[in-house]
Amino acid sequence: MRPRLVVIGAGMASGRALEHLFDAAPDAYDVTLFGSEPRGNYNRIMLSPVLSGEKTYEEIVTHDAEWYTEHGVTCRFGETVTRIDRDRKIVVTAKGETSYDKLIVATGSAPFIIPVPGKDLPGVMAYRDLDDVHKMLDAAEKPNPKAVVIGGGLLGLEAAAGLQMRGMKVTVLHLMGHLMERQLDPAAGYLLRKELEGRGIRVHCEAATKAILGEEKVEAVLLEDGTVYDADIVVMAAGIRPETRIATDAELEVERGIVVNDQMVTSDPDILAFGECVQHEGIVYGLVAPLYEMAKVAAKTLQGEDAAYRGSQTSTKLKVTGVDLFSAGDFADGDDRDEIVFRDPSRGVYKRLVLKENRLIGAVMYGDTQDGSWFFGLQKDGTDVAEMRDTLIFGPAFQGGASVDPMAAVAALPDEAEICGCNGVCKGQIVQAIQDGATDLGAMRAVTKASGSCGTCTGLVEQVLAVTLGDDFVLPTAQPVCGCTDLTHEDVRRLIKSQELKSMPAVMQELDWKTSCGCHVCRPALNFYLLADWPAEYRDDPQSRFVNERNHANIQKDGTYSVVPRMWGGLTNPRELRAIADAADKYNVPTVKVTGGQRIDLLGVKKEDLPRMWADLNAAGLVSGHAYSKGLRTVKTCVGKEHCRFGTQDSTGLGVKLEKRLWGSWTPHKVKLAVSGCPRNCAEATCKDVGIVCVDSGYEVSVGGAAGMDLKETEALAKVTSEQEAIDVTVAFVQLFRENAKYLDRPYKWLAKVGLDWVKARVVDDLAERQMLIERFDLSQSIYQKDPWAERANADAQHAMAPLANLTLEAAE
Amino acid sequence: MNWVDIGALDDIPQRGARVVKTAMGCVAVFRTRDDQVFATSDRCPHKGGPLSEGIVHGHKVTCPLHNWVFSLETGEAEGADEGQISTYSARVQDGRVYLDATELMKRSAA
Ligand SMILES: Cc1cc2nc3c(=O)[nH]c(=O)nc-3n(C[C@H](O)[C@H](O)[C@H](O)COP(=O)(O)OP(=O)(O)OC[C@H]3O[C@@H](n4cnc5c(N)ncnc54)[C@H](O)[C@@H]3O)c2cc1C
Ligand code: SF4
Ligand code: FES
Repeated sequence: MRPRLVVIGAGMASGRALEHLFDAAPDAYDVTLFGSEPRGNYNRIMLSPVLSGEKTYEEIVTHDAEWYTEHGVTCRFGETVTRIDRDRKIVVTAKGETSYDKLIVATGSAPFIIPVPGKDLPGVMAYRDLDDVHKMLDAAEKPNPKAVVIGGGLLGLEAAAGLQMRGMKVTVLHLMGHLMERQLDPAAGYLLRKELEGRGIRVHCEAATKAILGEEKVEAVLLEDGTVYDADIVVMAAGIRPETRIATDAELEVERGIVVNDQMVTSDPDILAFGECVQHEGIVYGLVAPLYEMAKVAAKTLQGEDAAYRGSQTSTKLKVTGVDLFSAGDFADGDDRDEIVFRDPSRGVYKRLVLKENRLIGAVMYGDTQDGSWFFGLQKDGTDVAEMRDTLIFGPAFQGGASVDPMAAVAALPDEAEICGCNGVCKGQIVQAIQDGATDLGAMRAVTKASGSCGTCTGLVEQVLAVTLGDDFVLPTAQPVCGCTDLTHEDVRRLIKSQELKSMPAVMQELDWKTSCGCHVCRPALNFYLLADWPAEYRDDPQSRFVNERNHANIQKDGTYSVVPRMWGGLTNPRELRAIADAADKYNVPTVKVTGGQRIDLLGVKKEDLPRMWADLNAAGLVSGHAYSKGLRTVKTCVGKEHCRFGTQDSTGLGVKLEKRLWGSWTPHKVKLAVSGCPRNCAEATCKDVGIVCVDSGYEVSVGGAAGMDLKETEALAKVTSEQEAIDVTVAFVQLFRENAKYLDRPYKWLAKVGLDWVKARVVDDLAERQMLIERFDLSQSIYQKDPWAERANADAQHAMAPLANLTLEAAE
Repeated sequence: MNWVDIGALDDIPQRGARVVKTAMGCVAVFRTRDDQVFATSDRCPHKGGPLSEGIVHGHKVTCPLHNWVFSLETGEAEGADEGQISTYSARVQDGRVYLDATELMKRSAA
């Protein structure tokens, strides 16, 4: 039997240690993992982007259920270990006892709650885990919500920025004279404060909290100086302390943290501890980089190998979008110290280096932090900088008369230079990984973890890739929308929502577009995202639409257009057919064709004729078929039970209802539906974006089919009993697709990314969510469901579509 | 130079275009976001796409048929594509757009 390893705490440190252990010795232990949180390991440091809406929880999960299964880990999530019995070698939880041969304590930290009256009122929360984030997000949903954040350090400011991006009115209370005083000097603290205030966050320094006021829940915060700030929630981010309670009870040696040696072993040789809960050489750490180093050592110790942890130096970055801030080391004033300061007020840049005996001992940078890791490297190595003092502050690019090309600077970095602070990855390791075949960012993250945590070093990692690979370097897998931005579609969508950007200039301004008015790639995408997210506020921009959507007809290769009237569910009648035939005659339509979606296509119409043709077709009651749109195209149907001997339901009728509900909705890509009356499936419903097959007991709704460049069968979404439910599920699905997919992804591509289960949870299982999706869809339809032909079948449009001038006469003179 | 008034600036949508018919085919008259006006041939050298129907961005237009991008200033295709569209003098005065008829006639003579 394998020795039993029990782990207490499913956090960042233990997650990393297990990875190392399984990599080297997959079968060494039988592992049981306890965690108080009802979920597995995620990247805790990315909670701030989740709070601000720049990432989703799914994106920050580091170990999913599959990973635990694959490695045979017995997961006991949601179960807190209350006691360690060292004599019997067992741990105790509410559910019973579990025995171990080796034990890991990786319980992290507990937030420090300042002991003021009112601290236990509902609405007072810490900022530590996903549940805290959810509580904050709930509070942000209320009308006119207000938050007070106590603590102007790293955590408090990330919480403040996130809450503000979620639309809350935020006040930060900070006991000291300037923000982040442990990492920043007053000058940088001032710049940071100015930036935050510019965003509408109120900052009160030298604020001593006296009490939290409220009857049943938090209502306000009272300061010693008498100031009162209203608050719906109070976030305590005033510090953390190592979570050592069970270790103390078990009589392990504990000072500020659980005392461990260089091998990460506690005073009991069978118990290891590492992470934020420990103290090593008198020091307690609160950042991930040291924990990851500890995890590496602990994994070795568990395999019976020699390894030693020798302490870490740490550097800090604030993860608030648009704030560039870096600090490392010691930057207090002192007689034995020199300093070099650089200020560029117009760019908002401030840099300060602190030297002692010609060696760098501290650095603070604000506004331009590109060279941070280079300075940090000099500091860690204790490099003598006497030679480069004059140009030191300008960074590596200016050393040795080298060019200012950042690539050259990266090329010049020594192998030991640290690139990724979180994971302690140096340049040499990255170069080695590249030589071993990791040629893109994804592979690099998989092999070395570089840039996989907080992500601020992504640019540097890419530069090392580019320098090492030269022309072979392929861009990272997450492609930016286009050359006008470095952001991906997903980033842009999230930022539009979280920052409430409601116009194209606002998006381009706030998200730092590199061009004045975008390009043919980003503009149609932005136009869609804005109208999908803010139907009531945004005004559609025809100039950002592809020619077909601007001219409400399909452009053909010779510059003529094709016109497709809508025939609901594929139904028509003699009167409509006559009107179509008349229009074909009148406008000399050379080709009349029935499309794959059961509609009639009139091909070869001249642009100038379009407005009059629309008017004629409108007069007969026909509206545009949107056969040209990134929107709902057609709902194909079979004849169903009205006529067919096999039909189980009225498939044609359902098709008509669906088309009437969905027409005119703009979507990330075209959307096609079909409804068949029985499993014989004459309408070919199982290769559409949404296909419904009627059966005796009801309706089978399936999604994500394709019959274009890719061939794909739909996957079952739901089986429902009533027609109304079939319509509801379909509408909710279309809206979820509209709200989340990347522009120009068909539903099947989007589904491959988010997973059918995620969609089911929202559209099928969660009835409230389904209802809200439907409401948002209907709101959008109340504005966008209109016939473009009717709107443009007038003299103005005729004028606009005709030539501006005719110079044939003049030119001929 | 023989400037002829071809219409009001406001008749051309910002970041859009209108065409002017000449004896030798259409000229596309573009209005950029900064309200500058450019005139070019309306035919894409690739497969004849109507450039006036393209998306206008900066001082460039993207052909609606296969996304070739042309500079409105020089007429040159950008990026990997090779090709050139003719450009013509255009100017705006008091909200009216003028093209040089002499130049356009040369076009028909050529
Ligand atoms: C919002 C936020 C932002 C941060 N940003 C950064 C950053 O940008 N850079 C950086 O370097 N660091 C950052 N940190 C700090 C970083 O997250 C921590 O250093 C790191 O997570 C500590 O890892 P750990 O494994 O020691 O503890 P944790 O990741 O906290 O894991 C400990 C786990 O143990 C569980 N646990 C505790 N007691 C028990 C018990 N008795 N039984 C069962 N389970 C138990 C806890 O529920 C917890 O899930 C941030 C922290 C937060 C909260
Ligand atoms: S799908 Fe079934 S109901 Fe519809 S036409 Fe075919 S056989 Fe008849
Ligand atoms: S016709 Fe213009 S790009 Fe092909």
